Amino acid sequence: MELVEAIILAVLAASTPLLIAATGELVTERSGVLNLGVEGMMIVGAACGFAGAWLTGSIFIGALFGIVAGTLMSLVFALMTLGLAVNQVATGLALTILGVGLSGLIGAGFVGERITPAMHLYIPSLTDMPLIGRVLFGEDAFVYFSIALVIGVWWFLYRTRAGLILRACGDNHVSAHALGYPVLRIRTFAVIFGGACAGLAGAYLPLAYTPFFIPGMTAGRGWIALALVVFSSWRPGRLVVGAYLFGAVTILQLHAQGWGVGIPSQFMSALPYLATVIVLVLLSRARTGGSTAPAALGTVFVPDR
Amino acid sequence: MQLVLEKRVERSNTIALVSPLIAIGLTIATMTVLFAILGKNPLLALQAYFIAPLTDDYSLQEIAVKATPLVMIAIGLSLCYLANAWNIGAEGQFLIGAVAGSWIAVKTQGTDAGAWVLPVMLVLAAAAGALYALIPAICKVKFGASEILTSLMLVYVADLFLDYLVRGPWRDPHGFNFPTTAEFDPVATVPLLIEGGRLHLGSIIALLVVAAAAILLGRTIKGFGIRVVGAAPRAARFGGFNANQLVILTFAVSGALAGLAGIIEVAGPVGHLQPGISPGYGFTAIIVAFLGRLNPLGILIAGLFLALTFIGGEQAQIAMKIPLDVTKVFQGILLFYVLACDSLILYRFKLVLPNRQVPRGTG
Repeated sequence: MELVEAIILAVLAASTPLLIAATGELVTERSGVLNLGVEGMMIVGAACGFAGAWLTGSIFIGALFGIVAGTLMSLVFALMTLGLAVNQVATGLALTILGVGLSGLIGAGFVGERITPAMHLYIPSLTDMPLIGRVLFGEDAFVYFSIALVIGVWWFLYRTRAGLILRACGDNHVSAHALGYPVLRIRTFAVIFGGACAGLAGAYLPLAYTPFFIPGMTAGRGWIALALVVFSSWRPGRLVVGAYLFGAVTILQLHAQGWGVGIPSQFMSALPYLATVIVLVLLSRARTGGSTAPAALGTVFVPDR
Repeated sequence: MQLVLEKRVERSNTIALVSPLIAIGLTIATMTVLFAILGKNPLLALQAYFIAPLTDDYSLQEIAVKATPLVMIAIGLSLCYLANAWNIGAEGQFLIGAVAGSWIAVKTQGTDAGAWVLPVMLVLAAAAGALYALIPAICKVKFGASEILTSLMLVYVADLFLDYLVRGPWRDPHGFNFPTTAEFDPVATVPLLIEGGRLHLGSIIALLVVAAAAILLGRTIKGFGIRVVGAAPRAARFGGFNANQLVILTFAVSGALAGLAGIIEVAGPVGHLQPGISPGYGFTAIIVAFLGRLNPLGILIAGLFLALTFIGGEQAQIAMKIPLDVTKVFQGILLFYVLACDSLILYRFKLVLPNRQVPRGTG
């Protein structure tokens, strides 16, 4: 039983950064912008998050640093793709290349340092309950926040007028513009939201997942988050399922080594990446009757005056 | 008052020519600020980055050596990007090519294998790179899966596979437990062009690739098809060009070139297979392709320039203790400026004043 509990806790912890980053990207993509720079924003968020927490001793301020870093990166992306109408794919790649360099530069002074990771919730008697106690009442704040974030985004997209307008921009920017909605401004906010989430997701890694910073610690999680958005068919509900599924694959890979399965560790480590490829293929194949992606996703929009 | 973009009636050819130069200028200006923030003398840093490597024979050869894989990969990528196919997994194809070619080198080690070894290594590496690139291409064409994500995921898989081989079955028994294969035999190494120097035959191969790409794009129907499919997909359909077929073709060619670059790097400057054989060549080549305007000759120049930043970065690290990551930051910023300046080829800025009706049809 304790093993089951430990595995569930580990899966939730591994899924949380994916869920936060993917939720942000989902909003961005729903507005019609494809930001491939998630990995870059995450990795800078990780370095800045750790730096913030190390300098101030506060996990909360560390998280804020991560959010600000992701936001600043996304502003550069918005300026390029929305202000200058540059190709979104190429700009996203540039953001990732820049992010990897910046993260190394910012984090260089912090390699080898340690911090006290984010506290886990503890409510006497509730958290002590067997099996479900620690799973429901013993997580770190990021886990609860990630769930609140998805619910909030679902509510925003499907239950508010602003969410409807945002989706309209993603499906048909020409019509949305003709109706008088400021397409570029709405998209800018969506991109910034995605950046803030990616920065926070990156900060989660050194603040809660491991108590130290190493260069390249996002290890492709930003790209997996992008694949998760496709997996979810751009729906928040399915995103939760997808993120936990991928978290489970990651943990399976870690635990299989501990259980002494006779497969080389590198093959097990390749599992999340291979799973991503397979999932993308299966899903794209199932979706033969027209794509569910926002219709204007990735297209440049220059308002006509 | 607001700045807005306005589409140009015709693309500006003047800006198309000078925009990479503007981008380089802006990047150097930004770097000057960054060096100052890092507390280094910007002038000395720029000198170490861009001038010092050009002043001695060893560094000049080293620039050519570093430019070789960059140019070969970027030529392949440019074909993909021209056809609107987004191969960003060249790093993985590079590694798989290195692995496939090394297989022969490892198997023939210490035997009396003849001069056939190197040519077979090159062919095998190109074939493996092409096959590896075909995975995302086929997933895209058959199932509609995003080639951007699949090709990138396969980079991590290739990296782990290489890691497994050099730590496991191919590890050099006399290598003091380092994760590396034994040094390749002379028949399995790329010959040097200058005795005792660093310049090797791979640089000649890269030049041939540039020439071949220039002929393909400028003189053949296939090359025309690639351009049309990328620039005007609808027109291409009417013209009878099959976009899916070109995705497969361009991916295969770019994978083959990346794979070839991989084995040339391992059998040339490195001399054995080990993790970390690439300082991100596959990703830097994306910048080379764009900076070179997806044009073979442009890519050759851009490849030499980015190679200069690698060598300059190493020299700046030794001479001024500037972190190596500055090179990556430089490359990222450069790509941003290149893309931003490209925007001015198609658009121009216009100032819109508030509360004043701009008459339609003018301006």
